[in-house]
Amino acid sequence: MIAPAQSLVIVGSGLAAWTLVREFRKLDAQTPITLITRDNGDFYSKPMLSNALSSGKTAAQLVSATSAAMAHQLGVTVMTKTDVTAIDPVACSVTTALGPVTYSRLVLALGADPVRLPLQGDAADRVISVNDLQDYATFRAQLEGAKRVTVIGAGLIGCEFANDLVQAGYEVDVIDPGTHPLGRLLPLEAGQQVQQALAHAGVRFHFGTSVQAVLAAPQGLQVELANGHRLASDLVLSAVGLRPRIALAKAAGLQTARGIVVNRQLQTSQTDIYALGDVAEVEGLLLPYVMPLMQSARTLAAHLAGQPATLRYPAMPVVVKTPAMPVVVSPPLADAQGSWQVNAFSDGVDARFVGSDGTLLGFAIAGKATGQKTVLQKSLPAVLA
Amino acid sequence: MKVWQCIVCGFIYDEAQGIPEDGIAAGTRFEDIPENWECPDCGVAKADFEMVEIG
Repeated sequence: MIAPAQSLVIVGSGLAAWTLVREFRKLDAQTPITLITRDNGDFYSKPMLSNALSSGKTAAQLVSATSAAMAHQLGVTVMTKTDVTAIDPVACSVTTALGPVTYSRLVLALGADPVRLPLQGDAADRVISVNDLQDYATFRAQLEGAKRVTVIGAGLIGCEFANDLVQAGYEVDVIDPGTHPLGRLLPLEAGQQVQQALAHAGVRFHFGTSVQAVLAAPQGLQVELANGHRLASDLVLSAVGLRPRIALAKAAGLQTARGIVVNRQLQTSQTDIYALGDVAEVEGLLLPYVMPLMQSARTLAAHLAGQPATLRYPAMPVVVKTPAMPVVVSPPLADAQGSWQVNAFSDGVDARFVGSDGTLLGFAIAGKATGQKTVLQKSLPAVLA
Repeated sequence: MKVWQCIVCGFIYDEAQGIPEDGIAAGTRFEDIPENWECPDCGVAKADFEMVEIG
């Protein structure tokens, strides 16, 4: 397939890819866009994957627009079920099973793969992760007839799933080597409040240990923990983080670190190739959340439309959808100097990370205190000024 | 008064409550929120992702 001389090719069809298309079309209605995706390209709400169960939403119900509808509405050619296997930066083309596709500018919106811990046992391959709509459909299918679910990881995604599952009536065990839920986001006291609320809702936490093996049992699965405990389970869900899909870029000689390295125009080390979303590492920052993605997509859209644009990140609090104890957290930057001041009360916690001069540098609020979000957000420094 | 939900992140906008701390008074209809408003949780533009009426 030979694309027109000025053509934008986007690989991926997640929130990053579709948001870029929308934002770009606001500025440029003419330039041909081809979107190449390995799945079916439907537009759906990614953040809802971890809280759609208790509201009874099926995978199909999470689709807000099919890829055909998006293609028509936005004037895009969509190549579905198509893997991109190589990039040739010299010839400006990508390799697919349907032949090469040439680009004048290429955007890699490849996303990230769930990290999978090495596990022993004859049922280790039955552990699932939910990172896209197809995974969610699989998850729903496997929950049919299941009663007990083990969640590996008590981070944001693990906690959201645990809350959703327990609310939907399942027995839930959560295993994490740390000391409290949302360990990388919350100070201990705040994490403990979340733990109490989730435990009250029925979640059983196992901290300070890890899953060693998953074995087939006469009924369901047996999960063996490093501390010697054994759990009977019907389904094991792994939620231990994301790893950007950098292989394609690396093979093409683009600069990569944890993600594909891009500048403030989302441009990779190769002229005319860009990266966006969970795969992109901007000035050392990998932020797999919606708000940074929106900022990035708008900046890249403007840049591709020929307008001067530089990516800036304001403070971007992350909302953790755990209805048992809602949390909003804006972690201090990695190099921030200061300390947590935690004020815990019966139905929430207000934790603020304050610098030596009294400046607010981060916060973690839960329960009733989440009402402070807007006020606190306004006084935080920018993440990327 | 209606309740609306962001189709990307699930944020709920309840017209009866408004978002007073963000300058949107209680009782503000969704259509009366400025067009440059963005979802406070995920940053999606009002114009792009219409809120779904859920109540």
